[in-house]
Amino acid sequence: MKETFAKKPQQGESWDVIIIGSGPAALTSAIYTTRGAASTLIIGGEVWGGQLMLTTTVDNFPGFPQGILGPKLMGEMRAQAERFGAEFLGENATDVDFSKKPFEVIAAGKVYLGKSIIIATGAETKWLDVPGLKKLIGRGVSSCAPCDAAFFKDKKVVVVGGGDSAMEEAVTLTKYATEVTIIHRRDEFRASAAMQQKVKENPKIKILWNTEVTEVIGEQKLEKLKLKSNYDNSTSEFPVDGLFVAIGHVPSTQIFGGKIELDEKGYVKRFWDEKIGGYKTATNVQGVFVSGDVHDYQYKQAVTAAGFGCMAAMDAIKYLGELKD
Amino acid sequence: MTTFNITDSDFETKVIQKKTPVLVDFWASWCGPCKMAEPVLEELSGEYNDKVGIAKLDVDANPNTATKFGVMSIPTTILFKEGKELGRQVGFAGKQAFEDLIKKGVI
Repeated sequence: MKETFAKKPQQGESWDVIIIGSGPAALTSAIYTTRGAASTLIIGGEVWGGQLMLTTTVDNFPGFPQGILGPKLMGEMRAQAERFGAEFLGENATDVDFSKKPFEVIAAGKVYLGKSIIIATGAETKWLDVPGLKKLIGRGVSSCAPCDAAFFKDKKVVVVGGGDSAMEEAVTLTKYATEVTIIHRRDEFRASAAMQQKVKENPKIKILWNTEVTEVIGEQKLEKLKLKSNYDNSTSEFPVDGLFVAIGHVPSTQIFGGKIELDEKGYVKRFWDEKIGGYKTATNVQGVFVSGDVHDYQYKQAVTAAGFGCMAAMDAIKYLGELKD
Repeated sequence: MTTFNITDSDFETKVIQKKTPVLVDFWASWCGPCKMAEPVLEELSGEYNDKVGIAKLDVDANPNTATKFGVMSIPTTILFKEGKELGRQVGFAGKQAFEDLIKKGVI
């Protein structure tokens, strides 16, 4: 049952808000903007739902005491946004023009007009930048244990990384693989205590500290890794069937280069100024707001992304109100 | 045309022996990105109608074919024509990526 508070713009008219992205930040924004009676277009991308689509059970999103599957959670968020009249476009935004008013966003060759914009494009998997890796993606190299773990039944796999996602990948893999080795370049993990405990209690998981992967070797499929020890710079070879990369993410800001201000790592910068409305999610372009992992390199949680999404939506609604005055 | 299911046992007759190209989607019920790909493949099978067949192979029930073609990540989609692999797409990267793959076999 749809409960819509804003009229959809006619041909040639502007949307009140265009949200670019479709993860927890984007969809939470849409729930708030639509309920705030702002007509809302979500340009969600062909591959929608963000990083949670590549997970299994999410145990740290409040409200689900037994946990909830990542893809299911995203489906529910999308349904909630659509219930209040958000329009979901499953196309990639390919360009933006924030120098014009209304703002323009291009997707699938069409121009969409927005009085305000919320950037919530999130972040994507960072691959190890080592020789041999690219050509073996899908042939033993993966970044999605929940998708691919079953192909490694009774095999040996490596997980690279030291954060929560590396721990989760390792635990998921133990259901199938005989042996899971976590390779980490430091001598401690930055993962949460709960996740670290899960890993350390699991007899199938071994940890190689202070070690880096320097090369990925294999013809038709992954065969072995070249490793370097950070203790003494010695090198070794490690025969393995699967390599799961969980070393972090890079912000998805390719289309915004030169259009809004990004920091040196490519994250969207926030410009919070009490004098111009006190919008905490403002970018350097007035009327363009930001939320979620595309600007947040610190917390990076589904629930913080959702929180930022709510903030950006409330800022956008306040801004739209000031436009009318 | 709509997508159709294939198995290890009829892969030979429904894919390898076909004159028209067949795009095979290796998938499983527990894979999130596979679910995203589903409606897109359905749409493409309508658009390309009889120019290309779009087949779905459940890797859980049919491990032999997946192993034979070195599929170790899903979704993987492989385009076959007259028994030969013309190209593959690992992961779901949107409709355009599938179309680019289909075009390798459809003139």
